[in-house]
Amino acid sequence: MIRLKEAEKTYENGTKAVRGISFQIDDGEFVFLVGPSGSGKSTIIKMLTGEIVPTGGRVMVNGFSMSRIAERQIPLMRRTIGVIFQDFRLIGTKTVYENLALAMRAVGAAPREIRGRIPYVLNLVGLRGKENSFPDELSGGEQQRVAVARALVNNPSTIVADEPTGNLDPAKSLEIMTLLERINALGTTVIVVTHERGLVNHFKKRVIYLQEGQVTGDATGRYEGVRE
Amino acid sequence: MKHNLGYFIREGAKNMFSHGFMSFAAVGVTVACLLIMGTFALVAYNVNENLSELQRENAVVAFVDDTLSDSHAKELGKEIEKVDNVAECTFVSREEARDNYVDNYDEDDLYADLSADVFRHRYVIHLEDPTRMSETKAAVENVEGIAKARGDEAVSNGFITLRNVASLVSIALVAVLLIVSLFIMSNTIKLTTFDRREEIAIMKMVGATNGFIRWPFVFEGLLLGLLGAMAAFLLQWLLYAAMCRGIATSDTLQLLRIVPFGRIWKVVAIVFGATGLLVGVGGSTMAIRRFLKV
Repeated sequence: MIRLKEAEKTYENGTKAVRGISFQIDDGEFVFLVGPSGSGKSTIIKMLTGEIVPTGGRVMVNGFSMSRIAERQIPLMRRTIGVIFQDFRLIGTKTVYENLALAMRAVGAAPREIRGRIPYVLNLVGLRGKENSFPDELSGGEQQRVAVARALVNNPSTIVADEPTGNLDPAKSLEIMTLLERINALGTTVIVVTHERGLVNHFKKRVIYLQEGQVTGDATGRYEGVRE
Repeated sequence: MKHNLGYFIREGAKNMFSHGFMSFAAVGVTVACLLIMGTFALVAYNVNENLSELQRENAVVAFVDDTLSDSHAKELGKEIEKVDNVAECTFVSREEARDNYVDNYDEDDLYADLSADVFRHRYVIHLEDPTRMSETKAAVENVEGIAKARGDEAVSNGFITLRNVASLVSIALVAVLLIVSLFIMSNTIKLTTFDRREEIAIMKMVGATNGFIRWPFVFEGLLLGLLGAMAAFLLQWLLYAAMCRGIATSDTLQLLRIVPFGRIWKVVAIVFGATGLLVGVGGSTMAIRRFLKV
């Protein structure tokens, strides 16, 4: 479960990126986080992943308090979430299999467990047979599927996707979102940051609308419909 | 820790090959720096050895009392050898002294009929520690049967000063070269790490601990440092052998005594290996620290 209560973030240069935001995302939910540039979406994602610390209020991520988390606990917290980026962020010198194996190795998985889990996850994201390909041998959509597979491989309770379709054409975007919807149907919480109204409207999930560091709308339905 | 040492070493070695160009750059810079530093240090060492040899050749000459018989004069050597700081002493009879004198100065048969009686039996004494010439000379003069001892202390002191200055200059230059080399090498390793900051950020994002990320880099740095040290050692060996051959065949330089590489290779190997390790492990550890704060 993710819970923000009066969360604030003021950067060192004085910029107030998040101004007293409160919302809760229950386990198993699918939520779109939308809003114009500078509305605080990326700051919230960074607070959820432990890249930055909130300067006020409380941010709880799967039982970890992000304003008081010890540095050595951050890796443990990150193992409860899988992150997907707009630019895929795959390691170019490693094959698809190695990219996924690294993510599992990083959390202490045994080689036997790795050998069993990776084919299952690759099958889930539709990349069976691409184990030995390098990222630059794959299309953008396939690379994003690898990123989804990497986010999933350690079986996290939450997936955070930061503009996951930003570099993809509409058809591939729909494929990735459908994949995330399927993952959500298996019980994983999914949070998607996006600008794409079409996709938000297509899936009709919960939408949290942000503007100038504040929540200005939170409802299920269309992108336009949640704006106050 | 669940991850075993084998995994970290394997990953370190694999990373080294998968980032071939940067690895080559790091090893290349390590080799170049170690070679420059090593060559200079070896030249300085040989200069010091040659000065030391010249200093040893500046011997004390002890003249035997004229009243002693020839056999008694020859016996004195045993007493002189007992004197502290005497490395060796060689008896030179008055006839040999005369012949040496004539060989050195008689260009037009002026001394052809010079009698050996004007010379004394003498001992040429080499010292263990040339800096203690004055006190050793006094001790030799106290040996019964020795009339007088002579040693050129000014020359000896000159050598001492020259050696001290040469040692100080070479130590200072080698130290500066070492610091510069460490700086260049660790910066090159930093560059190889900088090249992979994205990879480190990804590993952090999937929940890797700092130790899990750091160890393969440390082993990679260790391997790069050792590889550079080994290549530098082999090249240094070849360079030194070529220098020795060049000096041995030169008309003007063959007077120089060059210490054989066989006598110093262990020290060179240890210094190169230790510097390679220090730079490799230290450089990668320092370089990765800033990228772990994600």
